[in-house]
Amino acid sequence: MIDYFKKNVDFLSRITILLIIVAGMSVINPPAFLNWNNLSTVMFQQAPFTILMSFGMTMAIITKGIDKSMASIVVLASMLSGSYFKNGNLAMGFLIALAVGAAAGLLNGTLITRVGVAPFIATYGTDFIALGLAYVVCAGRYIYDFPANFRVITNGCFIPSVPNIALVTMIIFILLWFLTRKTIFGRSMYLAGFNVDATILSGIDAKKVVTVVYTINGLLAALVGVLYMARLNAADPNISGNLCLDSIAASLIGGTSFGGGKGSVSNAVIGALIIVFIRNGMNIMNISTNWQQAVVGFVIIFSVFYEMAIGRLTKKRMG
Amino acid sequence: MSGIKKPILQMAGITKRFPGTLALDQVQLTCYPGKVHVLLGENGAGKSTLVKILSGVYTRDEGTIEFEGRQVNYTNVREAMAYGISIIHQELNLLPERTIAQNIYIGHEPRNQAGLIDYGKMVKDSRALLKNLGLDLNPDDYIKNLSIAQQQMVEVVKALSNRIKVLIMDEPTSSLTQKEIAKLFEIMEQLKKQNVAIIYISHRMDEIKRVGDQVTIMRDGKYIATLDAKTMDLDDAITMMVGRKIDNLYARSYNKPGKEILRTRDLKGLRFRNVNITVHEGEIVSLSGLVGAGRTEIAKALFGYDPIEEGGFQLFGEEIKKPSPKKCISRGMAFLPEDRKAEGLHLLMPIKENIVAACLKKDFPNFILNGKTEQTLGELYQDKLRIATSDVDKLVGELSGGNQQKVVIAKWLATSCKLIIFDEPTRGIDVGAKAEIYALMDELVSQGYGILMISSELGEVIGVSDRVYVMREGEIQAELSHESLTQENIMRYAI
Repeated sequence: MIDYFKKNVDFLSRITILLIIVAGMSVINPPAFLNWNNLSTVMFQQAPFTILMSFGMTMAIITKGIDKSMASIVVLASMLSGSYFKNGNLAMGFLIALAVGAAAGLLNGTLITRVGVAPFIATYGTDFIALGLAYVVCAGRYIYDFPANFRVITNGCFIPSVPNIALVTMIIFILLWFLTRKTIFGRSMYLAGFNVDATILSGIDAKKVVTVVYTINGLLAALVGVLYMARLNAADPNISGNLCLDSIAASLIGGTSFGGGKGSVSNAVIGALIIVFIRNGMNIMNISTNWQQAVVGFVIIFSVFYEMAIGRLTKKRMG
Repeated sequence: MSGIKKPILQMAGITKRFPGTLALDQVQLTCYPGKVHVLLGENGAGKSTLVKILSGVYTRDEGTIEFEGRQVNYTNVREAMAYGISIIHQELNLLPERTIAQNIYIGHEPRNQAGLIDYGKMVKDSRALLKNLGLDLNPDDYIKNLSIAQQQMVEVVKALSNRIKVLIMDEPTSSLTQKEIAKLFEIMEQLKKQNVAIIYISHRMDEIKRVGDQVTIMRDGKYIATLDAKTMDLDDAITMMVGRKIDNLYARSYNKPGKEILRTRDLKGLRFRNVNITVHEGEIVSLSGLVGAGRTEIAKALFGYDPIEEGGFQLFGEEIKKPSPKKCISRGMAFLPEDRKAEGLHLLMPIKENIVAACLKKDFPNFILNGKTEQTLGELYQDKLRIATSDVDKLVGELSGGNQQKVVIAKWLATSCKLIIFDEPTRGIDVGAKAEIYALMDELVSQGYGILMISSELGEVIGVSDRVYVMREGEIQAELSHESLTQENIMRYAI
């Protein structure tokens, strides 16, 4: 039992922080915050997007990179696939969206591993390219009013009282958890994140691993694009909003370290929930979005500070 | 031996605790001006902690430091420097993008009347300091363009730019060639003449008699003895340091070589050319020569990490085209890099995950990891190589250098390799663990492995090799069998 706590101190301490935040919000404003309507809206309607994005961001940061382009891939994938969904051609819509995501991710991965561009710069470039193309494709004509058989992707309940979007997020989580924790690919990703030279010298194709990570990110972003369209009932190039910053924040709060190798998709879920609940609580308290930005900033710095304190402890132990 | 002079420094009853460990327990050290005091002890014996306390990096929990007859209580490096106590760390602390002069005077740059940095004076003074030590370096050169040895010399000059009375050198020779070491010792002689007291830490036993006047032996954070360097018995010193007797550092059972494993053909690469070598089963073959002679480059080219420009090589008679680490490993080759921490290990990952890092595809063919198999493999090699840890779940970074090296060896034994390239297998490893590594290498070749070793430590090359190729400036100069191995013989071809 004690062993379990020791091993999972990262995860457990974050769960505790999340519970403290939820409890705090509940005390401050019980009627508005602590009711099923609000909580379910947060959990099922807002959190999934941040969670899915932070999966990708977390994996990129684990490989000592970052993916600045995900939010714009969300937009581009939705703009390009929107008209198919609108016309009820769901299969084609999905195909286009995922192809766009995969292509953009592959571009990132190739630039980073084969050309040697720093991850921030490569994805920053892709970010502009994707957003620019999205505006070109959109050309001022927004697509809205999607058919019901498309919107059911988010709103419907395949399992009673669990909205499909939550179900999809859950499935993706399980898949990614398994991929990162239980497969050779996942292990290689962590190895490469901690020490890429030692990984290559152990016979692991680290370049391929990193390329696959960015491709998965592209696919995740495309999925978020489709889900977002279904939820908002519109395809709009301005939808990306806080997605990128919030997913970086969620990863950092989840304990992912820019030093590489550290982090996990389960911690990313907690990180994302912390962000989403903080924003929701402040919305209820009528705190302006400007102040929300500042608070999120503080939380990021606090969590990195916390990480460093833990790091110093381990270092001392090794000294 | 030093009755004429008064000690410049007396440390007594020094105790230092870190969370969970007692790093130093009532340690004493007395230094005399113009003498070299060698600190001897295995890794973790507390040598570095002691000199860090002396240089102000750490503060002591108990004990007294008397400097020139007065009690001193400084709490940081700057204050220690003001007393004239300087340290040259094991890892070089120079700024690669700055010039030699800028590095020498970092933190105490000469100022002109306007209070700005007087670069001209800095260069002039640097040149004088360099010349004083007989170094042929231009103060305007950038650090990044210097060899490791030259950088080391700059570190010495940097320490001298302060008015120093005590100079601490923490393993200064670990990356130097014989020639460069000779140069460093010359400089130390000059410093002695200027009445500087030197505290010298080294793992190289042969250096102790060459440079030392006194030797203090430490073990497990405790003071063991202080001996006269010239008259002490080296074996006794090793016994005191390790706490048990090591009969034979290099135990070799020279086997009859078996089948050929490796054959290179006019190999040419980054810093080497015309390399034709062979390694057979049951053999330890060494590449000897000065640092920079192209030995590591050969290893990295064979392993597919650096490019091969011309020629090629065969592994078990099979021509390896376009080698890559992945391909070489699958054909039975393994490579222990000289920089263990940077290229051999994942320090922040558990021991068992390091051990299986190179055999993931082989042991988990269906792509899915199995915790039980990993645990079993980890414990198997922990037993086999006697890796000192209570739990293979512990992080590799928590292990000592010798045990870390064993983890790297375990990683390769877990693959199906038959040829192992050891690049500086015992760098930074203490005597006790060294003997274990050598014994292990001997055991491996007895089982039919072939070993290609690269080493800058001549004692090691002579002690463990069946055959030695001596290199100079990227070319093989001679092939010597173990009967004809002497220091002179090797150096004749190496220089």
